[in-house]
Amino acid sequence: MHIHKFEKYWLIAGIGGLIVFLVILGFGAFYLGTHPQSHGIVIDPENIEANEAFKKENLGLHEIGDGKYVLNVVASAFNYDLGVDEDGKPVKHIQIPKDSKVLIQATTPDVIHGFNIAGTNANMMVEPGYISSMEVTFKKPGEYTLVCNEYCGTGHHLMYATVEVVE
Amino acid sequence: MSAKEKKVHHDKEPDLRGTLASVSLVGLFIVITWVGAFTLFLSRGF
Amino acid sequence: MAIEKLETYQDERLPLVITKQESRLYMSFIYVAFIALLIGGLMGLLQVLVRSGHFTLPAGIDYYQVLTVHGVILALVLTTFFIIGFQFALMGKTVGISDRQRRLGWLSFWTMTIGTAITATTILLGKASVLYTFYAPLQAHPAFYIGLTLVIVGSWIAAFVNFHQLAVWKKKHPGEKSPLLAFMVCINMAMWLICSIGVAVSVLFHIIPWSLGWIPSINVLLSRTLFWYFGHPLVYFWLLPAYMAWYAIIPKIIGGKIFSDALARLSFVLFLFFSIPVGLHHQLTEPGLDSTWKFIQVVLTLMVVIPSLMTAFSMFATFEITGRKKGYGGLFGWLKHLPWKDVRFVAPFVGMLAFIPGGAGGIINASHQMNSLVHNTIWVTGHFHLTVATTVVLTFFGVAYWLIPHLTGRTLTKSINNLGLVQTYLWAIGMTIMSAAMHIQGLLGGPRRSNFSDYGGTEQAAEWGWYQLAQAIGGSILFIAIILMVYIVAKLAFFAPKGEEEFPIAEEEENAEPTPMWLENWKLWIAITIALILFAYTVPIMDVIQNAPPGSPPFDWPIGNS
Repeated sequence: MHIHKFEKYWLIAGIGGLIVFLVILGFGAFYLGTHPQSHGIVIDPENIEANEAFKKENLGLHEIGDGKYVLNVVASAFNYDLGVDEDGKPVKHIQIPKDSKVLIQATTPDVIHGFNIAGTNANMMVEPGYISSMEVTFKKPGEYTLVCNEYCGTGHHLMYATVEVVE
Repeated sequence: MSAKEKKVHHDKEPDLRGTLASVSLVGLFIVITWVGAFTLFLSRGF
Repeated sequence: MAIEKLETYQDERLPLVITKQESRLYMSFIYVAFIALLIGGLMGLLQVLVRSGHFTLPAGIDYYQVLTVHGVILALVLTTFFIIGFQFALMGKTVGISDRQRRLGWLSFWTMTIGTAITATTILLGKASVLYTFYAPLQAHPAFYIGLTLVIVGSWIAAFVNFHQLAVWKKKHPGEKSPLLAFMVCINMAMWLICSIGVAVSVLFHIIPWSLGWIPSINVLLSRTLFWYFGHPLVYFWLLPAYMAWYAIIPKIIGGKIFSDALARLSFVLFLFFSIPVGLHHQLTEPGLDSTWKFIQVVLTLMVVIPSLMTAFSMFATFEITGRKKGYGGLFGWLKHLPWKDVRFVAPFVGMLAFIPGGAGGIINASHQMNSLVHNTIWVTGHFHLTVATTVVLTFFGVAYWLIPHLTGRTLTKSINNLGLVQTYLWAIGMTIMSAAMHIQGLLGGPRRSNFSDYGGTEQAAEWGWYQLAQAIGGSILFIAIILMVYIVAKLAFFAPKGEEEFPIAEEEENAEPTPMWLENWKLWIAITIALILFAYTVPIMDVIQNAPPGSPPFDWPIGNS
């Protein structure tokens, strides 16, 4: 089978380029630990409160010291449960100090949801039976929308909250 | 054109300079978009 | 002169004549495809209008019901029916069809059509607003899944008929290489058969019994993994028929020859290998799959770029060689010879152009951790409206301009041709606006598959609104283009002047290097394909099963169905 000289150049360059992409991604993923979220931690979707993180009182943002935070979220059709404030009202807006490390942990008792703090890399699928989690640092101050970006039913587009990164 | 001449003519590789230029542009486009997206990804940090 | 010689040369085996009876079968598939285009296109228009924030659906129709119709009828019905009709025509033309095979072809058609009708009815009754990916544990009415299963089963019948057609031809022509188009059709159907087994197993043994209440719960992650084992090769099942037209039909239309029969076959074999063991790249942000296996499938995904790189080279080379033979020199002078007034060329050519940003975007999507930049944002919607809804669909339109009159004994007149050019430009303009707006909005975090929402009035949502307005403009232009296309199809099928329209099949150069016979080693290709699938999927699937959380019961109330 004859391959034109120029096609050889093109394929060598093309395959070389793909390998470069993969080396960059592989270095980030395996050496720097920037894999997309995946921990394989399971949970009983019908009894999520058996897990300490998803007990009613532990939902929402909590400081665990040193500028480190944990954000526990229960996504359900069609709501993000971020705990309640002092008046017992559901929290729909959270403030996070800039540059603090936040461990996000999310799960669902019903169907599949998305968890995306729009405009950031905090983008995860939330599936019944699993805990989705990733650690993020918000560097840019501003208001971000937390949106459900996986179809979960008729009220899918009404499932949101806001995250404010403050100085 | 004799049969022999024709054979010689066709055994030479066709002139594909334009093709090489075209695919290079395609390759360049792919690299630019990928690097652009990767830069945006990095700028959003972890 | 060399040119005269090239044009008069004819392979004595080709072309076979397509009889009236055969035409009826092929056309039936194509009619359903274009009816689907009209319905699906209307749904698309409604979606972009709703998302603009200036329009509400009448009569309490649910946005997500409209979205389900759009996805199912365009991504599954339009594509599958057109592809199977087109592939049957290619087989009929290159290797022939027996009466018995034709009757089985009708069985395939009716199985698929009945399946489509069942699924469509379920969706229209509002019992299946689960979108075309039907992710469990959202539960549609069982009839939705049963209808889809029939569509798949019908397509399998077509696959086996196609394999048999080629086998019969090979028996009659021992030691000869198979016609290029027949080889390509069989590769595509082999890939389709192997990948759709995954979704069939999931639907038959998992989802249907669960939706009927025979089993109480479902392993959600397993059903998703099996879906995407099918879902990525599905997009190649759409793309390969477009590549068939590019490799083996376009050269004839521009007055040239096939660049390389062997390389065309090799690229199709590579597609067979690498289209399937890559589905995890749709699941990169999921919590239950191992990161290392995700990365392995990312590597395999980038391998499937290689045959597309080969295809890009072949296309440019075909254009350049043909142009140079006609005397157009220089680095880009050969571009001038291309038939810019012939819609049979222009529509697929615009499709090829769209695949450059489409392919580049695809590489970004599959780039492991970088996926979190775009996952489930409307960028993804913009991406596949370039790939399937422009590259594939415009190539199919380009095929329809000659295939329909060829089958109905009519001709593509100058005026229909010109109308087709307008259609192509409208499509290109509408899609550029809509898709660009989707890509940008996606990078800004705008979600896909979502009804209009101001998300509590955030600044971000307000910014997305502008892009959604742009999508409504682009989408409206596209809908006009769809109306025009349906008009053209009706005209070609029923009203154009009687006559003979050419079925353009390109030939190799007279003295082309012979294609090596090892390319026809089907057993080896299938064995490698299965080995790659076992390599890529055994560990992840075992892991999903062994470390499964408690299963999920069906949820029908979230889709308004309890």
